[in-house]
Amino acid sequence: MTVFGRSHAISETAVLPLRVGGALSWRIRLRGVAVSVLGLGLLALLMAMNMRIGEIEMTLAEVVAGTFDQASAAHFVIMELRLPRALTGALVGAALALSGAIIQSIARNPLASPEILGVTTGASVTVVAGVVFSGSVYGGTSGLLSTLGIPALALLGGLVGATVVYGLAWRRGLDGYRLVLVGIGVAAVFTNVKFWLLTVGDVNDTGRAMVWITGSLNGRGWEHVVPTALALAVLVPVTLLGTRSLDALRFSDDTVVSLGVRTNLARALLILAAVLLAAVATASAGPIAFVALASPQIALRLVRSGRPPLLCSAIIGAVLTTGADLIARTAFSPLELPVGIVTAVLGAPYLIHLIWRAQKWAQK
Amino acid sequence: MGAEVRLQTAAVRLGYGDRIVVDGLDLGIEAGSVTTIIGPNGCGKSTLLRALGRLLKPQGGEVLLDGKRIDKIPTREVAKILGVLPQAPTAPEGLTVADLVARGRHPHQTWYRQWSSDDEDAVATALDMTGLADLAERPLDELSGGQRQRAWISMALAQGTDLLLLDEPTTFLDLAHQVEVLELVRHLHREAGRTVVMVLHDLNLAARYADRLVAMRAGKVIAAGSPHEVLTEELLGDVFELDAKVIEDPVAGTPLVVPIRPRSHPAA
Repeated sequence: MTVFGRSHAISETAVLPLRVGGALSWRIRLRGVAVSVLGLGLLALLMAMNMRIGEIEMTLAEVVAGTFDQASAAHFVIMELRLPRALTGALVGAALALSGAIIQSIARNPLASPEILGVTTGASVTVVAGVVFSGSVYGGTSGLLSTLGIPALALLGGLVGATVVYGLAWRRGLDGYRLVLVGIGVAAVFTNVKFWLLTVGDVNDTGRAMVWITGSLNGRGWEHVVPTALALAVLVPVTLLGTRSLDALRFSDDTVVSLGVRTNLARALLILAAVLLAAVATASAGPIAFVALASPQIALRLVRSGRPPLLCSAIIGAVLTTGADLIARTAFSPLELPVGIVTAVLGAPYLIHLIWRAQKWAQK
Repeated sequence: MGAEVRLQTAAVRLGYGDRIVVDGLDLGIEAGSVTTIIGPNGCGKSTLLRALGRLLKPQGGEVLLDGKRIDKIPTREVAKILGVLPQAPTAPEGLTVADLVARGRHPHQTWYRQWSSDDEDAVATALDMTGLADLAERPLDELSGGQRQRAWISMALAQGTDLLLLDEPTTFLDLAHQVEVLELVRHLHREAGRTVVMVLHDLNLAARYADRLVAMRAGKVIAAGSPHEVLTEELLGDVFELDAKVIEDPVAGTPLVVPIRPRSHPAA
């Protein structure tokens, strides 16, 4: 038809209809494809650098040789130390960014992130409590707590935190604005509980807890990669199925209902997916700051879409986290920083920029 | 008369929490008619329209769409039969006209069928009918009030429903744009056979563009029928507490209300 033959439906960028027979049809956003491809390329590059650089420097050829020569020392370094750590970083970054993209779309607010859902702050409280209390009872790291205990505690705390926020924000339906306000309030309470626990705890225990609540990829192995990957394998497709509802949910509720969307159900399922994504990521690597906040907004600007694009956000989250961890590992070598410090240092100016823009927008 | 009833309320009770706005109201909307609900502010006319469009769940009684309880029909199926344009709708920032209209195809799409040629045709037709084809790529914020309202109606048209509910489609528009929107509604009714229910404030325009007027006061239907039957000097006193003279509209021949003074006015 005339209108669409000329320039296609979506405003900001070229969109091509992709049709297979009469039954299958999609709209392909060219900029989204380009950003995804470039992002995956950048991710591959950063992963390769993460394999090469470290206490033992390797050339790319040595990395490849070491990967396949099981007897070499390089094999252990790559397959047991660097690869699982880099993979954890990429997966966790993707999960956080996807979670952020969902929440920002539903709250219609670029400043929203999983933190306002109570996930990261809730996880921090339970993990700090676990470390502080078990530490003083057993007088040291118990093996169970450090390998299985902390992720399980974090997952539990994240889900409980999200339930509290959701329960308080629900009033015959879910309003994005109220969710943000309740979330900020609950996060403040959790954060103060966390600080209280840190002050009453033993110095050695709180030191360990501090590393975790900053968000760190140090010493992450396959036991972190596998559960995170499995969770993403389930949650990413579920989330992508919700893309159309997310598009509709940008409108006011009356419009959404009149379009035939089961508004509260769609919103609840999408928030549940966002909570699970953030909780799984936090369980693996602690609450890494700013990835969930910044990645969707970067993706939004690169793709020039109306709301944060889900897949591109996830790819950019993976790139950011992997890049930040490369800096965390190498900037003060041999000392390794927690990756959360790097993302916070990079992210803080960005957050200020966002708030400044939001204020300017509000004044208009 | 005697046409089939598409949309119906039976002893419906509507409200927000404890505040009941409408109680025990019966109303039927016949196929192929343009029904306009009039009444003073706060009389429950928008509330009634929202209930007819299943945007508000009744606290009692029921709303029937083609004889079936509307809340028992999957909302997506309802969206293929009935389009609602809410009062003063808002769109995400930066959205273009084409984006907005394309959103109307939502109930017809699935994850594997997101942009069929049917969708494309329906959107193009909707844009043509509302005269917006040339503005399709313009952001909604850049349009005039009348154009923007036409874009929203266009979205409801792309939805492809033969029932349309419009909640104060002319609010905030100047007279020329009000007439422009109502001419479009008349066109949809006459050329495309749509059944339309709308809420309007302007009685003279309501009389001119409706087959049937429903006058409400305090949650009750006071009168329903043709504009000539409903818009009488007596009813204006009862419903709007307004002393007025009703003469014949020299252009359309419909009743024309010339207000004199409110009944509560101290000078009366």
